[in-house]
Amino acid sequence: MRAPKLLAGIAALALAASPGLAEKKKKEETVSPAAKAAREFDKNPFPSTYKPYPGEPTALVGATVFDGAGGRIDNGTVLLADGKVVAVGGADLVIPANFRRIDAAGKFVTPGIIDIHSHLGDYPSPQVQALSDGNEATAPTTPEVWAEHSVWPQDPGFSRALANGGITSLQILPGSANLMGGRSVVLKNVYSRTIQGMKFPGAPYGLKMACGENPKRVYGSKGRMPSTRMGNIAVNRMTWMKASEYRAKRNAGKLETRDLGMETLAGVLDGEILIQNHCYRADEMALVLDMAKEFGYKVSAFHHATEAYKIGDLLKAAGTCSAIWADWWGFKMESYDAIPENAGILQKAGACVVIHSDDENGIQRLNQEAAKAQGDARRAGIDISDAEVIRWLTLNPATAMGINQQTGSLEKGKMADVVLWNGNPLSVYSRPDKVWIDGALLFDAADPKRRPVSDFELGQVGEGDVK
Amino acid sequence: MSPRQLLLSAAALLALSAPAMAEDVAITNATVVIGDGSAPIPNGTVVLRGGKVLAAGAGVAVPAGARTIDASGKWVTPGLVVAVTDIGLFDVEGVEESNDERADKGPFNAALDLSPAINPLAQHIAVSRAGGVTRAAVAPLRTGAIFGGQGAIIDLASDGQPITQARAFQFVQLGEDGARSAGGSRAAVHAVLRNAFMEARELARRGGGQGADPRLQDAAPERPGDALLTRFDAAALVPVVTGRQPLYVRAERAADIRMALALKADFPALKMVIVGATEGWMIAKELAASGVPVLATPLNDLPANFEQLGATQSNVGRMAAAGVKVGLGAFGDQPRYAPQYAGNLVSLTKVPGATGLNWGQAFASISSVPAAILGMGDKFGSLKPGLAGDVVIWDGDPLENSSGVVRVMIDGVEQSLVNHLTKLRDRYKVPTEGALPKAYEW
Repeated sequence: MRAPKLLAGIAALALAASPGLAEKKKKEETVSPAAKAAREFDKNPFPSTYKPYPGEPTALVGATVFDGAGGRIDNGTVLLADGKVVAVGGADLVIPANFRRIDAAGKFVTPGIIDIHSHLGDYPSPQVQALSDGNEATAPTTPEVWAEHSVWPQDPGFSRALANGGITSLQILPGSANLMGGRSVVLKNVYSRTIQGMKFPGAPYGLKMACGENPKRVYGSKGRMPSTRMGNIAVNRMTWMKASEYRAKRNAGKLETRDLGMETLAGVLDGEILIQNHCYRADEMALVLDMAKEFGYKVSAFHHATEAYKIGDLLKAAGTCSAIWADWWGFKMESYDAIPENAGILQKAGACVVIHSDDENGIQRLNQEAAKAQGDARRAGIDISDAEVIRWLTLNPATAMGINQQTGSLEKGKMADVVLWNGNPLSVYSRPDKVWIDGALLFDAADPKRRPVSDFELGQVGEGDVK
Repeated sequence: MSPRQLLLSAAALLALSAPAMAEDVAITNATVVIGDGSAPIPNGTVVLRGGKVLAAGAGVAVPAGARTIDASGKWVTPGLVVAVTDIGLFDVEGVEESNDERADKGPFNAALDLSPAINPLAQHIAVSRAGGVTRAAVAPLRTGAIFGGQGAIIDLASDGQPITQARAFQFVQLGEDGARSAGGSRAAVHAVLRNAFMEARELARRGGGQGADPRLQDAAPERPGDALLTRFDAAALVPVVTGRQPLYVRAERAADIRMALALKADFPALKMVIVGATEGWMIAKELAASGVPVLATPLNDLPANFEQLGATQSNVGRMAAAGVKVGLGAFGDQPRYAPQYAGNLVSLTKVPGATGLNWGQAFASISSVPAAILGMGDKFGSLKPGLAGDVVIWDGDPLENSSGVVRVMIDGVEQSLVNHLTKLRDRYKVPTEGALPKAYEW
């Protein structure tokens, strides 16, 4: 699947970048201290301090299980312990004596839902200017900024995403004003005093890029480049050229100073940082895929991708996911050809589908968005099973975010990120009943105290309400 | 004519030449939803005659000569009524050139009449119709002034004649948005509002603006030298202060809703509808006692701003339980999402501590209740005999995510469900190009 391919890609790049051993040794001797510093910097200066909260060994018994990888088990059993999935099986799976047994008959179990495109924390609620930290809209490329430095970990939106949407992990992206908007950060949906305390351990960074209307509008209106789509691509290519030069110099030990932005772009070319590219139109996505070829990087996912259905074959060939809404349409020119069968047609083409939100309300209902897309696909003659549709919200986003080894499906040894739904999650009538993150019970519909209240909401109207 | 204009007029001709005859129709073997709050009726029949509902329910006989549609396994409901939306006012919301939602650079506000701006052939109307929406109240949702102007009640039929009632209501913004346009403070909103109503009342006393059309006549009476409102705006508010035209008040914070209700002490004729009402649940008893109905934005549960700190998805359910007449409305996104919103209100009935609506109430909140709040409860919104033959056939439970629309009738006339999106879907079912480019497939 994609992860081994991606890893192989990184290995190949590394090989291509390393000269022969003897040559390397010789070069290292001639590297100046400044060049060494520019090459051997700390890649993780704001390390995750996230620690799973304690849980108890738990057995979910009798539910319909969608494993997130396309599998379905009726009358299934899911065992969680020590923060991990221990086993997933049928009614015959032996439940160890020390496990708390939860009768889940009539209910459904899925992996935790993952949103690949969120601005929670950097465009938090309340949406006041004082908290608006999502776009560093002062230059068309700002690869030097990192979304994690904007995220307000007290955003009330995290709790709603947990309680109503079963969201256990999410990627926070900078906004789309810039061609290169900066680094994303992947979070576990667990409140913390600090952003480091929410960071998903070991998740790769992403670089947010944007096509189309937004960058040209934002900078065109400032009377500077880019003001057109051709300007967008030109600025991108010039920046990738610089990044290629930077990387070549770095590898040759000839850098004299560090450059934050270039470190991010070189990280992309090294295959360590994944491209998350806001791009609506089919023609623009095709251009970006060629640009990626030109400079030797891979687009992990196109976000919004309202016209992805027109080029399912190209996206499949590139191994690029389409992170899409079910049926947003017509709000801007580049969304005019959005059709609700987008997901279905992509799925039929064998391309990777992810349902995303880009919205503090939509993130509470990703399951419903997927179900709408499933219904529209069915009416167009494309039948997709419930189990396969759940994958759009779990393993597929995890893969496009580079965290599929840790989460995204109910598989032995993966993080125990699990949602117990009070009915089929694809039904409008269903809601999360309980949500575990790394095996810790962090939402329980029946227990008002297992429902987080952010600092901001304390003492305010509606504190602790069901929401 | 430019090629674009030519195209548009060709489309208009096509739409206008579509058969507009209402025939007698019987839809049989369906799960029938009356839309008045009652539970769905299995294995029922709906009969339309002369564009109206003749009968609907169980044991309804099929009249001789009626065209029969076998709807086995399907659901039949009244068309959805979306109260307070902005469809028809733009082609693409973000394309300013196509957008007539706001007129904050012009000299008028209350006098604005939205009806000439509504484009019945806008794709958003066609797409909403294909989603089962048959009637709507078009309002200046994103107005840049405290008074947004006069909204219209429309049908979504493809006959090019959308207006059921022009100048059906006046729209006013309170709260943070109102404060911004009034000068920066809720105190300014209060002053602007009261001044406007007093000027209008004064104008009414002098005998101005009394015609059926509230736009000012040439022979207008003199007004005091310190009048602030333009002549047109003052005249447009006469039917509001005299209670002939309802006032739709956008307010979210409990205190703002209270302030609106208190206006009736000084202007007792006001016929108010509260729009938005995110914190309505906090004063549900007062709202119920006032008899003022609410078109609530469903599912708001975030403190999106400081006037919505009390937001909760239980808002609609709690207000309804307290006896407030509450329909769904004023969701700024697509009208075709109405069933999803209603379905979510049902899901809340299974969440401990939350308050939702039962299925019948939920469907009524997007059909008969908004129709009644619009003053149209005797014309459309449910499948009661004598009401408009607005019928939607669905391939499953209409509130369920995966269900979709099979047929739509408005005034008994079958509507085309074809639009830009369905044509794209058909063109790209097989995405690769064939013997000719995709542009030749149509």
